[in-house]
Amino acid sequence: MTDQYRPRDWDSHPPYLHAGYKSTVLRSPTKPLIPMKQTLSEMTGPVYGHEYVGALDADLTKNGMVNGDPLGERIIVTGRVLDEDGRPVRNTLVEVWQANAAGRYIHKTDQHEAPLDPNFFGGGRCVTDDEGRYTFRTIKPGAYPWPNHYNAWRPNHIHFSLLGPSIATRLVTQMYFPGDPLLDLDPIYQGTPESARERLISQFDIGVTEPNFALGYNFDIVLRGRKETPMEA
Amino acid sequence: MTLKQTPSQTVGPYFAYGLTAGQYGYNFSQIAGSELTDEDTEGERIRIEGRVLDGEGAPISDAMIEIWQADADGRFAHPDDPRRPNARFTGFGRCGTGTDPQNRFFFDTIKPGAPAEGEAPHFNMIVLARGMLVHAYTRIYFSDEAEANAADPVMQLVPEERRGTLIAERVETPTGVRYRIDIHMQGDAETVFFDV
Repeated sequence: MTDQYRPRDWDSHPPYLHAGYKSTVLRSPTKPLIPMKQTLSEMTGPVYGHEYVGALDADLTKNGMVNGDPLGERIIVTGRVLDEDGRPVRNTLVEVWQANAAGRYIHKTDQHEAPLDPNFFGGGRCVTDDEGRYTFRTIKPGAYPWPNHYNAWRPNHIHFSLLGPSIATRLVTQMYFPGDPLLDLDPIYQGTPESARERLISQFDIGVTEPNFALGYNFDIVLRGRKETPMEA
Repeated sequence: MTLKQTPSQTVGPYFAYGLTAGQYGYNFSQIAGSELTDEDTEGERIRIEGRVLDGEGAPISDAMIEIWQADADGRFAHPDDPRRPNARFTGFGRCGTGTDPQNRFFFDTIKPGAPAEGEAPHFNMIVLARGMLVHAYTRIYFSDEAEANAADPVMQLVPEERRGTLIAERVETPTGVRYRIDIHMQGDAETVFFDV
């Protein structure tokens, strides 16, 4: 029998109810979660590898091109997907979606009065390599207003979705940028326990920067690891 | 070396073109959708459908549901399951609630078999939505499996009066078998969510 995955670390994850983020009030479970031992159902999960990734899927500076380059600051976002024991999570799908440089999503329900960029789609995916590394080329997303409270603005961020090796390791998160003054004012970021918040912030890295092309940021992602097999007596 | 888990954040309202692009009509492929079967998939064809309701009973239009299931013989398409599953049946589906006029999710799939002796057939379901900083895990069981449900070890962890929230109702329709279930985020009928 395969080892179970470690539990979700509730000292790292936000609670379901965080009243500062108003949409949680009616959407958070009110009864305690029921703890369970993982069965094969939870210790397995969807397997999606390289065959699901197109040639330009990881290059958001090109995958939405219609008649020119997208506007904005080009960036490279790279990092390693690791488990809690520091082991690389290999051949795992990483999906991203984000606003354009003006802070506008192409989503049909985004009514923000900022321009759409005809050459920027904002969605991408890639698969981690043998070291667990993923790399995207993209445009730095803009900040945008939202209706949570008076004068509410989302910090620049990129949404990340990872399945990992099982449904127990499923994670949806957001990557933020260093030094963003909006982080202190954002209830979604602030919903995270204080000691864990920095793990959501990428690091500028001149070593990742590509000369004459794009600035570089590092963002490592840590998924749940497996429990040690208990020794038989 | 011990590293700390990366915190979860909401999927937000605009996940569609990244995760369910085809369903919402965006020009990008998607890795999974509402249709899990093809003509070669073995098993009883079923549709599972329902809504995700907030604390006021209003259907949530920006939720995404993921299902993970075994094939008709209870086997998972995953290397940790040594049994060989049906060819091409991944067992994974994704559906956003934003394109249906009633904000339903639906999956056209097959009824899974019991994964192991003593377990009842079930889906694993993951609920993601704007307003959820962390996704929630639940399971969906089948109303026509009362005996197996009663013996299921996970079902037995659930207080008896709440077990009904996990059971999808079988309905025979002219177009096929449907199982209906609503996910209630809050309230008297609040769905059971698991700490997986």
